[in-house]
Amino acid sequence: MNKRNAPWPKAAAALALAIPLMAAAQTKSASDGIAEYRKMLEDGNPAELYEAKGESLWKQARGPKKATLEKCDLGLGPGVVKGAWVQLPRYFADTGKVQDVESRLVTCMATLQGFNADELVKTAFGRGEMANITALATWIAAESRGLKFNLPQAHLEEQRFYELGKRAFFFRGGPMDFSCASCHSVDGKRIRLQELPNLTKNPGDGIGFAAWPAYRVSQGAMWSMQLRLNDCYRQQRFPYPGFASDLTVALGVYMGVNAKGAESIAPAIKR
Amino acid sequence: MKKFHHTFRTPQGLRSAALLTAAAAALATTVGCASLPSPKELDTQAAAMIKVAFRDEGIAKVDRIQQDLAQSACSSDKMPGPETMQKVMQEAMATVKWPANGRYLGDWKEGERLAQGGRGMTWTDKTTDPKANGAQCYNCHQISKAEISYGTIGPSLYQYGKLRGVADPSSPAAEPILKYTWAKIWNSNAYMACSGMPRFGHAKLLNEDQIRHVMALLLDPQSPVNTQ
Repeated sequence: MNKRNAPWPKAAAALALAIPLMAAAQTKSASDGIAEYRKMLEDGNPAELYEAKGESLWKQARGPKKATLEKCDLGLGPGVVKGAWVQLPRYFADTGKVQDVESRLVTCMATLQGFNADELVKTAFGRGEMANITALATWIAAESRGLKFNLPQAHLEEQRFYELGKRAFFFRGGPMDFSCASCHSVDGKRIRLQELPNLTKNPGDGIGFAAWPAYRVSQGAMWSMQLRLNDCYRQQRFPYPGFASDLTVALGVYMGVNAKGAESIAPAIKR
Repeated sequence: MKKFHHTFRTPQGLRSAALLTAAAAALATTVGCASLPSPKELDTQAAAMIKVAFRDEGIAKVDRIQQDLAQSACSSDKMPGPETMQKVMQEAMATVKWPANGRYLGDWKEGERLAQGGRGMTWTDKTTDPKANGAQCYNCHQISKAEISYGTIGPSLYQYGKLRGVADPSSPAAEPILKYTWAKIWNSNAYMACSGMPRFGHAKLLNEDQIRHVMALLLDPQSPVNTQ
């Protein structure tokens, strides 16, 4: 009897403690709850596995030429990875193109390792070499964690891509008349409970452009920026955007330049 | 690059190399004092870039990026001029198909089910038949008191009918608000050019019966939107 009764005072004390906590929880907004949930998840972000995979892929001799990617120039010189992510997309003189991290990786895998660029670009997300590109992009982004976005805009092509990206951002189409701007051009809006970053300006540290690549808990998968854009277009009810197309790179320039000064937390973890 | 090395070894190649150098110098000069293309030229370039970027996937074909006036006029960070806005609104109003027999309202329970649905029309959906589509309402609007997971892109529609004094939807007094709401759902640009809301009837996202159900959710005095 005594033994059975013993826990009660403890439970009552716990209950008394819980009541004010519950009241506090009710006044807490749904987004606070989601932020808290994300914070808890950060301790075990599966993105770390992709980071490790990406780093080993970078250093591994692969492809028809059995070469590593250690001479790949991501914009800061061959082999320089730290800091490269927060300055992409940018203009590359050797290809004469503005490239994001993923299209640049395709170039490096083709020129250094001998992969067929056309085949790489056509590979579905999550499959074969595309999964490797995503892992590489994850590691490259992680090497710039905590740094602030500062995309170069000195080259005329970089300026031109910003202007093209801006136009693409506001382009309305599809059966629902959506553009990127439909959801991402005003502060403080939501779809259901999902908060929407305003991508026409710096939306803040680790928000929007500064959070991807990210591990998507609901998808159980690592999502690169190219896949993030791809799924935005799916939800906009548009047709399928080409991987690393000028359109997607231009959108990256527009969002990246707008995010100037935002601290990168990539790879982040998302619902 | 290999090709160039080969060319450079021949005398002809040397001439080409010299020409190339001259061309590069000329280009450098051009780039040095070059400026961006005009805004109009950038518009043309952006349109071309968008056109080549997309391919068909499932039900989502590339014809989806061919814009009509309402889309092209509303594709910048600025609103179109007053004349264009008028034209967009007039064209939109002309597309509205009014309900057969003046029957505006269906079943609010069906309307609630539709309002909750966010599916339809993506390249991973199987069909463009409106019957497979949700009405997407809660994505952007508060509607009933019970549903707290609502978006905020559109205005709150909570107590929509009650706040507009719709006590008896079959009364002549209620007709203007019924007509307004029907047209707004059919083609949102009818009252506001560049509205952020899809043109549900015009774009065949919902059929007439589905629109009646959504209408009932908003306007039926028995709907929880108006009773709670």
